[in-house]
Amino acid sequence: MKRSKWMELGVGLFMLAGVLGLVFLGLRVSGLSFEAPQNTFQLEANFGNTGGLKPRSRVTMAGVTVGRVQSISLDTEWLDARVVLSLNADLENKLPEDTTAAILTSGLLGEQYIGLSVGGAPDMLADGDRIRDTQSALVLEELIQQFISQAIED
Amino acid sequence: MTAWLIRLGRNTLDGVEALGQAGIFLAQSVIGWPSREGLRLWLRQMHFVGVMSLAIVLVSGLFIGMVLALQGYTILVDFGAADALGQMVALSLLRELAPVVAALLFAGRAGSALTAEIGLMKATEQLSSMEMIGVDPLRRVVAPRLWAGFVSLPLLTIGFSVVGIWGGQLVGVDWLGVFEGSYWGNMQASVNFIDDVGNGLVKSLVFALVVTWIAVYQGYALIPTSEGISRATTRTVVYSSLAVLGLDFILTAVMFGNFA
Repeated sequence: MKRSKWMELGVGLFMLAGVLGLVFLGLRVSGLSFEAPQNTFQLEANFGNTGGLKPRSRVTMAGVTVGRVQSISLDTEWLDARVVLSLNADLENKLPEDTTAAILTSGLLGEQYIGLSVGGAPDMLADGDRIRDTQSALVLEELIQQFISQAIED
Repeated sequence: MTAWLIRLGRNTLDGVEALGQAGIFLAQSVIGWPSREGLRLWLRQMHFVGVMSLAIVLVSGLFIGMVLALQGYTILVDFGAADALGQMVALSLLRELAPVVAALLFAGRAGSALTAEIGLMKATEQLSSMEMIGVDPLRRVVAPRLWAGFVSLPLLTIGFSVVGIWGGQLVGVDWLGVFEGSYWGNMQASVNFIDDVGNGLVKSLVFALVVTWIAVYQGYALIPTSEGISRATTRTVVYSSLAVLGLDFILTAVMFGNFA
């Protein structure tokens, strides 16, 4: 009888350890938090070249993450990339119309993300609007090519 | 030529029949509401299959995490990307190594024991005497073991990942001097709970099902001689290892294979 109690205790601890492990994987390893999913709104931006940008890449403003890339698709009308951004709802109607979206790289080999920098126009961007002023991803080969052709000209 | 065709046909039919029998066996054992007595039997098997496997799984997890960090560091540091160590250790453990290695260890540690135990029960005619006194051996012997396997392996896999990530921290942060903030920060930025932790758990659930099923069925269907038991035990380990590795490739291709 006593042995069976120890066994039950062992199994109980085992199950508990498993659940605690899952909580650890959730909170510490994948960085989940118990905040309610934030309200978001969508903005569109067209880029000539998205480089290594992926869905779920960060969208930052002054270095602070304010949203994620929701989808990247080819715009068949303009033949460039249409990127849909989903941003925190508290920024809705607060970004001026001449906000710039640039695809940046964190570090030399890091992931690519979108950096927003605000302008000064009086009209604000609402849900579904398009950011007109965009900067494509920096492609290293193109830079080198430019550099070489300049060097030849000199 | 005809003889060869006949043999091919016979082997195919035998294979399909065995698979069908194993499927019926699984369904008959698993479906049904557990009694109080069944819960007690399940608990005993959980102790044997789960708790007793904890030591080997956790120790392996620790060493695999440590080796991952060591190997990863020597490669990443060449690119000046040692900060990505946490991301590398966590993703390779969660997506791949923890489910697969834990399942392989589980097949060796618990699966072979299940086969041998049930096989000996069959050889000493305990199973047929149970049937004689009106106790269904599928419900009494097989079902608790199957359920214990289904529940234990995912839990063991979680333990493997946790200990492995901790082992990676021991080597990467405490020994090799990767900054602790970037070890955890890059990990949290790149690991997605549903895509990585969740898919890893789905993998380990599938492996748990396959490994325990093979182990218990091999024990139940073996030829009740000492040679039969040894063969069935070997088959359990070989079949379940192959099944785990093969299924892992398919599952990985389905889960992480869309490079859109």
